Amino acid sequence: MKASGIAKIVPLAGDRAAGAKPLAILQDIDLAVMPGEAVAVVGASGSGKSTLLGLLAGLDTPTAGSVQLDGTELFALDEDGRAMLRKRLVGFVFQSFQLLPPLNALENVMLPLELGGDPDAERKAREMLGRVGLGERLRQYPRTLSGGEQQRVALARAFVMRPKLLFADEPTGNLDAATGADIIDLIFELNAEQGTTLVLVTHDEALARRCGRTVRLAGGRIQ
Amino acid sequence: MNVALPLRMLGRDWRAGELRILAVALVIAVASVTSVAFFADRVRQALLREAHQLLGADVVLSADRPWRTELRDEIARRGLRLAESTTFISMARLGDASHLAGVKAVTDGYPLRGNLRTAPGPNVPDARAEGVPRPGTVWLDERLAPALGAKVGDRVELGETELTVAAILTLEPDRSVSFFNIAPRLMMNRDDVAKTKLVQTGSRVWYYLLVAGEREAVAGFEAWVGSRLGRGEALQSLANARPEIRAGIERAQKFIGLTALLAVILAAVAVSLATRRYTRRHLDGYAVMRCLGATQGQLTRLFAWEFVALGAAACVVGCIAGYLAQLVIAQFVAGLMIVALPQPSLLPAVQGFLTGMALLLGFALPPLLQLKNVPALRVIRRDVGPPKQGALGAYGLGAAAVAALLVWQAGDTRLGLIVLGGFGTGLLVFGVVGFGALHAAAALAPFTGLSWRYGLASLRRRARTNTVQILALSLGLTAILLLSFTRGDLLTTWRAKTPPDAPNRFIVNIQPEQREPLAALFAENRIAAPTTYPMIRGRYVELNGTPVDADAFKDRERRLVEREFNLSFMTALPAHNRVSGGAWFAPGDLAPGALSVEEGIAKSLGWKLGDRLTWVVAGQRFTAPITSVRKLDWDSMQVNFFVITTPKLLDGFPTSYVTSFHLPESQAAFVSRLSQRFPNMTVVDTSAILRQVNAMMDQVIRAVQFVFLFALGAGVLVLYAALLATQDERVHEAAVMRALGASRAQVLAAQRAEFLALGLVAGALASVGATAIGFAIAQQVFQFPFTVNHWVWLAGPALGLACVSVNVWAGARAALSRPPIAALREA
Repeated sequence: MKASGIAKIVPLAGDRAAGAKPLAILQDIDLAVMPGEAVAVVGASGSGKSTLLGLLAGLDTPTAGSVQLDGTELFALDEDGRAMLRKRLVGFVFQSFQLLPPLNALENVMLPLELGGDPDAERKAREMLGRVGLGERLRQYPRTLSGGEQQRVALARAFVMRPKLLFADEPTGNLDAATGADIIDLIFELNAEQGTTLVLVTHDEALARRCGRTVRLAGGRIQ
Repeated sequence: MNVALPLRMLGRDWRAGELRILAVALVIAVASVTSVAFFADRVRQALLREAHQLLGADVVLSADRPWRTELRDEIARRGLRLAESTTFISMARLGDASHLAGVKAVTDGYPLRGNLRTAPGPNVPDARAEGVPRPGTVWLDERLAPALGAKVGDRVELGETELTVAAILTLEPDRSVSFFNIAPRLMMNRDDVAKTKLVQTGSRVWYYLLVAGEREAVAGFEAWVGSRLGRGEALQSLANARPEIRAGIERAQKFIGLTALLAVILAAVAVSLATRRYTRRHLDGYAVMRCLGATQGQLTRLFAWEFVALGAAACVVGCIAGYLAQLVIAQFVAGLMIVALPQPSLLPAVQGFLTGMALLLGFALPPLLQLKNVPALRVIRRDVGPPKQGALGAYGLGAAAVAALLVWQAGDTRLGLIVLGGFGTGLLVFGVVGFGALHAAAALAPFTGLSWRYGLASLRRRARTNTVQILALSLGLTAILLLSFTRGDLLTTWRAKTPPDAPNRFIVNIQPEQREPLAALFAENRIAAPTTYPMIRGRYVELNGTPVDADAFKDRERRLVEREFNLSFMTALPAHNRVSGGAWFAPGDLAPGALSVEEGIAKSLGWKLGDRLTWVVAGQRFTAPITSVRKLDWDSMQVNFFVITTPKLLDGFPTSYVTSFHLPESQAAFVSRLSQRFPNMTVVDTSAILRQVNAMMDQVIRAVQFVFLFALGAGVLVLYAALLATQDERVHEAAVMRALGASRAQVLAAQRAEFLALGLVAGALASVGATAIGFAIAQQVFQFPFTVNHWVWLAGPALGLACVSVNVWAGARAALSRPPIAALREA
């Protein structure tokens, strides 16, 4: 994955005549991540971490710059094209888990496979849930699972697609320290098993140290 | 996309309870539409048949000469049933007594619709007659028997033969088709007619063919025979039968249609509210799926298929429920239906299905399509939602489609448009007033305590959502008030149109000098003496100096123009008439002369205010201008005249009088006394018609009340959906307050303040709405005066408060039963 010259500038609502300037959330970001590499993006709140993640994953569009995923120019594609690319290459883990409440654990993991028309969705989802230690809780709904269990389901959902690239946005942000550590261990285990490239956004320095490389953001720029 | 995934998603959403309101709303709408349509279909057929009893058949052909065999052959060929009757006037004699009798000679099978009833003697209980008088016997009616002093077993002389009185005829269904100038009835078998030698060339004899059968076959025959009728031959069918029956049937259909209409409108509101909620709850899921790489098209198809599958299933369930419900309705009225209800056709199911799908596409798709615009970025930035969309534009098409469907289904464009227009206007006005009221209430906040301040501030902060909630609440409440209070008032007013003491007897041929002795006879028998009206027969010959061409008219109008009108004169407007155009006779009109005409006949004969009509009465002509147009109340069963003149115009012509009065059942013998005392008068019994009209009304009222349950169900559903709409948000807010240390009581108080304002505003708006719509319906559709029921002003706000109280209670339980962290984490 290669990002070059990324900038995200948003116009500020308010009184322009009074001299309010547009707000630059990100500026001059150049970042290359090699296949199989694990990179942590760290920074204080408001440093632009999540915005960068959204841009790298093609969830948002930059004001300037380009992103290449697996050799494909991300912003040359339209929104649907980027979605197809994500389906093929990208997995996500979020701070707030983002499981679908009406779906049970198994169905949440099956969902990306089903959207891709995989006929073997259920077997693969069962196996993956077994792998993350939830083989006995397939039929539980997100609201009946603990935070750690929800995040395990989310990991299963991400890794069941065998993504080349995994984006994790503060994956332990909503978890207590012990549970968070378990989740991190699991992420790195699965990452190693599947040879996934990992881009992890966090403000947890300890977690960042476990990645091969740390990119530090401050004021919208890489330090 | 394969359809398995949408179906699986449907199953999952269903299990999670996300789609229940939507599905229930659709089922109610479809069930309501189909049950009404199924039932209306059957009732319409039954009512028509019942009304046909007043003809004694589905179609009656009359002629002044014997019918050609060609027609009888055609009737047989089409598999229709046939009965015949021949009528003429003749003198019947028994010993020294003699009386003019209206003779009706009938064949086996008469009447084809309805029944004859006979009794073994005058004023004894009657029973359904078996067949017709056997050859050699006659049945005399309740007036002829006492007039002749005849008992069962006596032999009555008619023409050149003698016939045995076998029974007293108490009810003859087709008797009422023409009331005037009929002598009391003598019914005999047609095989005996020849023996009387009364029917000869030049005799005034009418020949009738009565035809009945399956609807299609009858309609086919009607079309066939219509073009083959010669001079002096006429066809009578329900279309030109008595106006009061027709008006009754039409009103019945309107009432049923109105109720179904409301259920559907309410269901539409519930569907859109439920989908709105569904959409809001699925914003995140949608964004996640976008993140997982689903394309917009894929997700749109996924949700569209999911909803179409849901819609189809709900519509099928609705159709089945509708069919079952109409069976229940049919059971309700089974006792009142004389004829068995025929099976309904499949068409109502198709109609219901279409309505359901139109509702779904019209009101669920717009919010669903908004999902398409949810950016995937929402997964990391929750503040990113779908772009706001104008609700009017989104719902416009769906609303128009559903409106068109409803107007078509109501079978009455005017009624449909009034109801829809009422709701549309209500929506707009309620929205504006609600929005204003919220801001006004919020302005009070600084003058109140903490809880109120917080609650009232929420009103303004959530002004948009709250306005939607007020809208939904007030629409739901409007419908409920309309269906409870207003419906009751409308039905009462309608019933009152034919009050229990409505006239059930007409007396015709009262001579001027008999008016006082007649009034005295009424007084002796303690029956209130009715008003008598003069009646003079006159022919209408010229309109504004141009001779009238009878060929320019059809049916009833043609008969009126060809024969004679019953004219009357008076100076005061009869109480049951209303002037709808021009002005009633002023003193200045009396000397030159003026006419007042009935609205309907004026329309059919092309009369306008100021037109000069020329009449011939007893060989003399007179011309006078129309100075007023009257509206008649046909349901009142009072004596009515198409044309009334100022007294001077008809002065000096031979005049007889006519009146109507209510004869209590217990006073049945009064009619015999009256006939004995005044043998020249004819008393016509209209109670059969009245009974029929009343029975019909009762049936309809029961049916309406049953269908009302659907509308009520839909109304409750709307309320529920409206209250659920903001529940998620409230639960979250309560959690925040709790987390900040607010006590349970404080959380409750804040929500109560907010809801109190919501409930009162919505309830008050609903009272206004229900009254306005009721007024419009009464005035414009049913054309009777509407009196406001003032309880509605209390009931509206009270109901509004009750609804939100339940919601506060349920919502607060949901909000407070879980630790705040659970709600906070979900958000």
